[in-house]
Amino acid sequence: MKNFRNFIRALTAVVRKDMAAEWRSRELFTAMLVFALLVILIFNFALELDARARASITSGVLWVTFAFAGTLGLNRSMAIEKDRGCLDGLLLAPVDRSAIYFGKAISNLVFMFVVEIVVLPVYSVLYNINLVNPQLLLVIFLGSIGYVAVGTLLSTMAVQARTRDILLPILLFPLVVPVLIAAVKASGGILQDFAWEEIQGWVNLLIVYDVIFIAIAFMFFDFVVEE
Amino acid sequence: MNPKPRWLNILDTLTTIFFVVAVLLVFVYAPMERTMGAVQKVFYFHVATAWVGMLGFMVAAVVGVLYLIKGEQKYDIMGLAAIEISLVFFFVAIIMGSIWARPIWNTWWTWDPRLTTATIVELIYAAYLMLRQGIEDPDRRARFGAVYAVLGFLSVPLTFISIRMLRTIHPVVVGNSDPGAEGSFSMSGPMKTAFFFSLFTFSVLFVDLFWHRFRMGKLAAKVEELRLKISA
Repeated sequence: MKNFRNFIRALTAVVRKDMAAEWRSRELFTAMLVFALLVILIFNFALELDARARASITSGVLWVTFAFAGTLGLNRSMAIEKDRGCLDGLLLAPVDRSAIYFGKAISNLVFMFVVEIVVLPVYSVLYNINLVNPQLLLVIFLGSIGYVAVGTLLSTMAVQARTRDILLPILLFPLVVPVLIAAVKASGGILQDFAWEEIQGWVNLLIVYDVIFIAIAFMFFDFVVEE
Repeated sequence: MNPKPRWLNILDTLTTIFFVVAVLLVFVYAPMERTMGAVQKVFYFHVATAWVGMLGFMVAAVVGVLYLIKGEQKYDIMGLAAIEISLVFFFVAIIMGSIWARPIWNTWWTWDPRLTTATIVELIYAAYLMLRQGIEDPDRRARFGAVYAVLGFLSVPLTFISIRMLRTIHPVVVGNSDPGAEGSFSMSGPMKTAFFFSLFTFSVLFVDLFWHRFRMGKLAAKVEELRLKISA
């Protein structure tokens, strides 16, 4: 029990540090948000999002946007740890290393959620389609967890490589294909008013993915930060 | 230096003989398939190469776990060897599949679950090689490689399931086939012989190549070690 309390304290300390740093600089959030809006803008011209196309394509556009903005955030959030030796400092702390992993993962998740919370209403207004829907939010929640669980582990690896910035998307995208497919299909189904039974399978897949990859990342994080 | 082991020489010879026999079985012994004709011959080596591909990726995941537990360099060399070989074999399987699909499905490529998964698998292991290339420290490179090999291998079934939830047209010759599959057939006795012998031959070929690559990896590690010693 005491161990668990220490674990939670270390975890919240990491999250608090990230939030405080972000609150003062606001560079990560601004970059992700502006980037996300730009992606949507580009899609608008590239796909000619007229009323009919929108119904079937919106979920794809949203998830590509989240995935790209997410990579940007993951890269940056790990790079600031690496740049001035902050990661070494964190690792020197006498706490369980998985607490650092979960701390970073939760911060990354928060950044992603904040961006998503802004993007959804903006998209709804721009394209006159209602995206603020509890089922859709659930799918976005589950999809983001899977994305960030793998992404945090891989970005920790990527920042330690010579080719770091270009490496993360190459490592991450092939592994999160199941998340993206399931999330796109589930969101698409919800936006087209399918019955819940038809969406259930995709949601289950998202949950399975989340559970497996959180467990794996939990087990492997030690090896990735070992010196 | 360690000379080439005698058993490896024997294995080389055996592999060559098996390969010749497999080719003869496929082209001479096995009968022509009634509806598809000669193009069906692709099937024997297509499945065999794909099998070797999956085998190697599995080996890489297993030795990846072993490396993380024991930290012995030989497991890292094995992992890289298995992935390099499998990447090539899997690619060959995809190309052969395309050759078969052109007359049978009337297209070189379709976004079927197996084909899509195969592409993603190739991308995963190409990313594995890029990851290794980006890291100089041999110990860290080995650790990251092992972690990524395991992650990649675990994501493959999920990828397959997720794409499978859309419909498939890829035939399943061994086991139950989807009613929607196109280009399916049932194997006669000589076909089965040729098929299983091909599988066997390619497995032996894999072991042979793996052994060669493993020896080469050990030598490369030694060279790297010596180089570090000189520069130090």
